[in-house]
Amino acid sequence: MSSLERTEASTSSGFNIDFKALGPFLALVGLFVLGTVINDAFLSGGNLSNIFTRAAFIGIIAVGATFVITAGGIDLSVGSMAAFISGAMIVVMNTLVETLGAGVETVLIGILVSVLLGIAAGAVNGLVSTKGKIEAFIVTLGTMGIYRSLVTYMADGGTLSLDFGVRGVYRPVYYGDVLGIPVPVLVFFAVAVVGYVLLNMTPFGRKCFAIGSNEQVARYSAIHVDRVKTLTYVIQGLCVSVATIIYVPRLGSASSSTGVLWELEAIAAVIIGGTMLKGGYGRIWGTVVGAIMLTTIGNILNLTDAISNYLNGAVQGLIIIVAVFLQRGDWRRKKSK
Amino acid sequence: MKTFTKYLGAACVLGLGLASTGAIAQEKIKIGVSIPAATHGWAGGLNWHAEQAEKRIEATYPNIDIIVVSANGATEQANDLEDLVSVQDIDALVVLPFESDPLTVPVQQVKEAGKFVTVVDRGLSLPGIEDVYVAGNNPELGRVSGEYIRGRLNDEGKIVVLRGIPTTIDTERVDAFVEELEGTNIEILDMKHANWNRDDGYEVMQDFLSRFPEIDAVWAQDDDIALGVIEAVKQADRTDEMFIVGGAGMKDIIKRVMDGDELTPIDVLYPPAMIATAMDVTVMKFTSNAPVEGRYILGATVVTQENAENFYFPDSPF
Repeated sequence: MSSLERTEASTSSGFNIDFKALGPFLALVGLFVLGTVINDAFLSGGNLSNIFTRAAFIGIIAVGATFVITAGGIDLSVGSMAAFISGAMIVVMNTLVETLGAGVETVLIGILVSVLLGIAAGAVNGLVSTKGKIEAFIVTLGTMGIYRSLVTYMADGGTLSLDFGVRGVYRPVYYGDVLGIPVPVLVFFAVAVVGYVLLNMTPFGRKCFAIGSNEQVARYSAIHVDRVKTLTYVIQGLCVSVATIIYVPRLGSASSSTGVLWELEAIAAVIIGGTMLKGGYGRIWGTVVGAIMLTTIGNILNLTDAISNYLNGAVQGLIIIVAVFLQRGDWRRKKSK
Repeated sequence: MKTFTKYLGAACVLGLGLASTGAIAQEKIKIGVSIPAATHGWAGGLNWHAEQAEKRIEATYPNIDIIVVSANGATEQANDLEDLVSVQDIDALVVLPFESDPLTVPVQQVKEAGKFVTVVDRGLSLPGIEDVYVAGNNPELGRVSGEYIRGRLNDEGKIVVLRGIPTTIDTERVDAFVEELEGTNIEILDMKHANWNRDDGYEVMQDFLSRFPEIDAVWAQDDDIALGVIEAVKQADRTDEMFIVGGAGMKDIIKRVMDGDELTPIDVLYPPAMIATAMDVTVMKFTSNAPVEGRYILGATVVTQENAENFYFPDSPF
């Protein structure tokens, strides 16, 4: 379906193809212009670095979501999963302080725990939905509730706080920088590059596209559909784990309100970036731009008092819809005719 | 899951009670306590203080039996109330309604069944149902915070405000705060919602910091927001420039006040321990002949380095 659309677009006019791929970038440039007009402080180095650093959490998770969605799945559990993994990391590291002390080993073991939990949680989502033949929507809705309750339970309803000694050791992972670029931004970029190579340059990526386009045909073409789909959830889990690894040192805490609605933000970033929600076509760089756009909207709203606070959600919703319309809508085809 | 265990526990107790019919337990006075489940920090503290008060009261008065149930939503809480009356046959109810409107009628029915009713924090939509009303004071929290900031800044300076989730509670606090600052030369640069959430507090404060080159004070209104604000200010390396006033009485912030942190000189209480106040007042109804009916509005106590120790509960999750 999607490949048909693309060939149609490329034959009708050269203008269209570029626009479709560039759509999210142009929308982002538009937002940046808007931000600069609203407040001079927008383009200051500090503010830009804030935007990109903040976008890293949702962005990294959204890179994983691009795989899941491209292969025709959906994962609603990522926000809760992030909260649960953050909580588990904090509990493990706090326990280790007694035996290992607040050193680098403690942090490394915490990170290892995060990676293992991420892979395991992703595998559960993938295996239960493929082998159990249950819609991913239901499976991940279920795990979403499970992880959310688990973190509330671990925190006794309150907040889990990381030991202050460990916080000092771990702090550079969020607050540090290399050549002036904050560490989370570098991690975000690295994850995106790996994601791009995996999705666009490997057989695995092509299989994701094929399964998302038509699962039956993919199965007849001797693709191990269940295995590939499960792997996309594992990648998603791994991405959530990477996001928590840079999230925990920021405020050193996790509670039941950590990561609420991150799943929707991640899915929105993916769709704004040009990936099809019904699967079959995915674009990693679009996702990256989508995540930055979402963060930028929030940032711009904080930089102005022209819009009532109560309407923030409305402005965000409107910009998201307009951004997707600009790259999808029929208006381009009519113009070119 | 906790609720389930509690139900199980309650069921076991009930079973045992039935087995030993009429032996000793007959004269016990049962007080049901219905509160929201621990889904956020403040409610976590609420549950913890309710459990502590239960232990303490039951140890002091052997003839009092406290049953604490927590609900995840208004409907679930309404069911809990029915169970407390019909299954547990309580003599009194202490309830912190999830939401005022949907729980007004269920609480009214408990009252009509002849039970003593204490309502905590969120008032009901109809007057005259409850015998006792215990609540924190939202406008007072805003006023006291404003008063402190005025005093510290000598009526002159630039401040930013981080608001909570858009609700009546937030509006009452902010209105009283703004009113207190009227007529001074304190300029509120801007107010944004940070939803009583650490991450939002951090991000909103980062944006305030890049937007305003000069900030003398921050009213974070809530301790979760305040913790996010602290990190943002530290990151921007502007800790010497301003101070932060939170609210609620979270142990992390109380600890900072106790240690004399320059960044958080005070905290204003809106204590989840108010559930214990309500339980104690209700118990008094049955253990003394002192009149207890009425309205108890707790003060918005200012926690300073001198008195912080009295409000520090290191074991509480909040």
